[in-house]
Amino acid sequence: MKRKIDINSFVAEYAIIMIFIVLFVAMSIFAPNFLSGGNIANVLRQISINGICAIGMTFVMLTGGIDLSVGSIIGVSGVLTAMMMLNGVHPILASLISLVLCTVIGMLTGLLISHIEIPPMVATMGTMTSLRGAAYLITGGTPVFGFTEGYAVIGQGYVGVVPIPVIILAIAFAIGIFFLSKTKYSRYIYGVGGNEEVARLSGVNVHHIKAFVYAVSGFCSALAGLVMLGRLNSGQPRAGESYEMDVITAVVLGGVSLNGGVGKLSHVIFGLLIIGVLTNGMTMMAIDDYWQRVVKGIVLLLAVGFDRFIQKNQQKAD
Amino acid sequence: MDNILEVYHISKRFGGIHALKDISFSVRKGEVHALVGENGAGKSTFIKILTGAHEPSSGTIKFDGKEYKALMPAQALDIGIAAIYQEFNLIPFLTVSENIYFGCEPAKRGLLDYKQMDANTKRMFEEIGMDINPRMRVQNMGVARQQLVEIVKAISKNAKLVIMDEPSAPLTEQETKTLHTIVRQMKAKGITVLYISHRMEEIFEVCDRVSVFRDGEYISTSQVSETSREALIADMVGRKMGEKFPERGGIGQETVLEVRELSNRRIHDISLSLRKGEILGIGGLVGAGRTELLRAIYGADKISEGEILLKGKVVKILSPSAALKHNIALLPEDRKQQGVVMGMTIKHNITFSILDRLSRWNIIKKGKENAICNKLVKDLSIKISSLQQPVKNLSGGNQQKVVLAKCLATECEVLFIDEPTRGIDVGAKQEIYKIMRQLADAGTSIIMVSSEMSELIGMSDRILVMREGRIVKELNPEEYSQEVILSYAAL
Repeated sequence: MKRKIDINSFVAEYAIIMIFIVLFVAMSIFAPNFLSGGNIANVLRQISINGICAIGMTFVMLTGGIDLSVGSIIGVSGVLTAMMMLNGVHPILASLISLVLCTVIGMLTGLLISHIEIPPMVATMGTMTSLRGAAYLITGGTPVFGFTEGYAVIGQGYVGVVPIPVIILAIAFAIGIFFLSKTKYSRYIYGVGGNEEVARLSGVNVHHIKAFVYAVSGFCSALAGLVMLGRLNSGQPRAGESYEMDVITAVVLGGVSLNGGVGKLSHVIFGLLIIGVLTNGMTMMAIDDYWQRVVKGIVLLLAVGFDRFIQKNQQKAD
Repeated sequence: MDNILEVYHISKRFGGIHALKDISFSVRKGEVHALVGENGAGKSTFIKILTGAHEPSSGTIKFDGKEYKALMPAQALDIGIAAIYQEFNLIPFLTVSENIYFGCEPAKRGLLDYKQMDANTKRMFEEIGMDINPRMRVQNMGVARQQLVEIVKAISKNAKLVIMDEPSAPLTEQETKTLHTIVRQMKAKGITVLYISHRMEEIFEVCDRVSVFRDGEYISTSQVSETSREALIADMVGRKMGEKFPERGGIGQETVLEVRELSNRRIHDISLSLRKGEILGIGGLVGAGRTELLRAIYGADKISEGEILLKGKVVKILSPSAALKHNIALLPEDRKQQGVVMGMTIKHNITFSILDRLSRWNIIKKGKENAICNKLVKDLSIKISSLQQPVKNLSGGNQQKVVLAKCLATECEVLFIDEPTRGIDVGAKQEIYKIMRQLADAGTSIIMVSSEMSELIGMSDRILVMREGRIVKELNPEEYSQEVILSYAAL
């Protein structure tokens, strides 16, 4: 009995890392040029935008929620910043305004979810749709060009051999991991996800915590939107469309439970890497986009199925 | 007269707990048979065995002439046993007739035959003397009407034995009278009713015979006409005082907490005062509003009227966090759902309420946190292998100690304890009693809700008895006895 629990929790703890290693080795063998330095940097850069969103998503999902609006926020923050710059606002100021605005939008969504008790899926589906509409409205439906040349550095630049988006991702992850392991707010987040009633009776203001995590998600997505803006060097109203799926897949693969309360941000990195390597490898093997979607969907199902399976087993063991 | 139900030597064990011990008794065809007993006497477990929700560990059930080792839920319904629980099994969005015919809808050419459903439903209600609109949605009906739907649903399934679990608990006096009329109608139709109730007066009002359970054992059956309230209470209580309780200590003079005319949906006009170092016990039956009283003072439930005074000053406590700021802590009734986050570590649970004090700039001071946890684990002798263990891996007694440690970490002056020893073993119980007394001696004021009579009597410096949301009696130690408490708790 005791041994079985140990094996279960070991599998739950490290499965994702092992899956990543297996996948990495497989891709190194089957996908030509996969292992080249340039390609590795490429994979990392490809996951950077999703990865920044995944940090906020992890905060949200740890409380037992979900945020479908991340892709739309990428779009809004990008076009908003682009439009402001076109109208002569300083790039840094424009970026800050977008970040603050999207953080506030996230916070308001969180308040709707906690005070009015709109299910997170529905509330963020609402903001997802409205914000995408807003992105089109801001731009009149067409991409925005011709702002400060220098902005592209955020998305396309390098420090040595490391792409700048990857550096932003790394810093964001470092802050996120620090926050989720050292601070009192992190305890409240895990507590609310683990058992909301216990948290409330323990004196935690559950409304604040929920508003906070959706605000973090709003901020992260807006940051991802700025990186995207630099990368495309244009404000695209379609930017980030359907990114929420990849982000959720990565977070779930990383072992964050859909019920909340369980999961580590450090493991989400491996969830991201799996998605990144899978996409990149399949592209290098010239597997067409349609098949890639099929595979990614199956990976999501496997990840969630695996999560449920482990939980069921642990419940049995208890 | 024939017996519809006979049970022989029914026992039920849950792990180490013996919930039912060798129960044998019988229910006659067509009678209204009351089943009474204190909290935890085994009534609910017994019902669940009859309805197939639990399988008995041993024994046989003889229903309507046939013997069964155990029943499956569908089978129980099929042979004519229906139960009406306190939580109804109705689908709110469906109409009365849709609920009654749920799962056995009459159809005409593949479509639902609403005409027939509605007409039959109306007729069935009329048969028990009730008028109802069969097209009404259940969600728009009051509790009493919903209960009626449950009853008619049971009758429509040709139930021979209808088990009613505290049917009058949610009803007003007038509605209860109607219910009694209906029960008599059912009896007239030849339906046997097993009527579980805490209210003595209605047993004498509506029942023919009454059986008493105590501590999972069958005690007695008597004709209602040949017994008395006192005799029933004596049977329910028995003579048992096994546990040892620590000596009572001195109580301070200072009034720490005072509550004046506190009311909300579940409690009415509650006034009480609590002195420094006192253990105030609150007795009463399940559903009397004891838990709700603690939750109301603690700010977990809204209050509609009344005020709370701490050391003579009126305070507003609108949330648990406000209560904690005023040095009030709560050890809730259900440790798994309310006390601890089961998946979180022991350390994180213990300090969950005091992170503000333990952190600066939002960052938790590890050393201080460990020191506090280690001290509490040692003081309460919680048996753990490491502070990083998830709480769910601990035994019930040690989990309860973790909840207690979490409360004590707040350095509270007033501690509410709702069921201090529910579901924990005897050894841990003794330890918890000792800790509670030590706390009181050190000046902590405690309000304890307990469904265990011996615990209530053994631990309390004073007892308030609640019934139907009100405090009905205050008792001092020299007046304590199980009979007295129960006679106020049950009407």
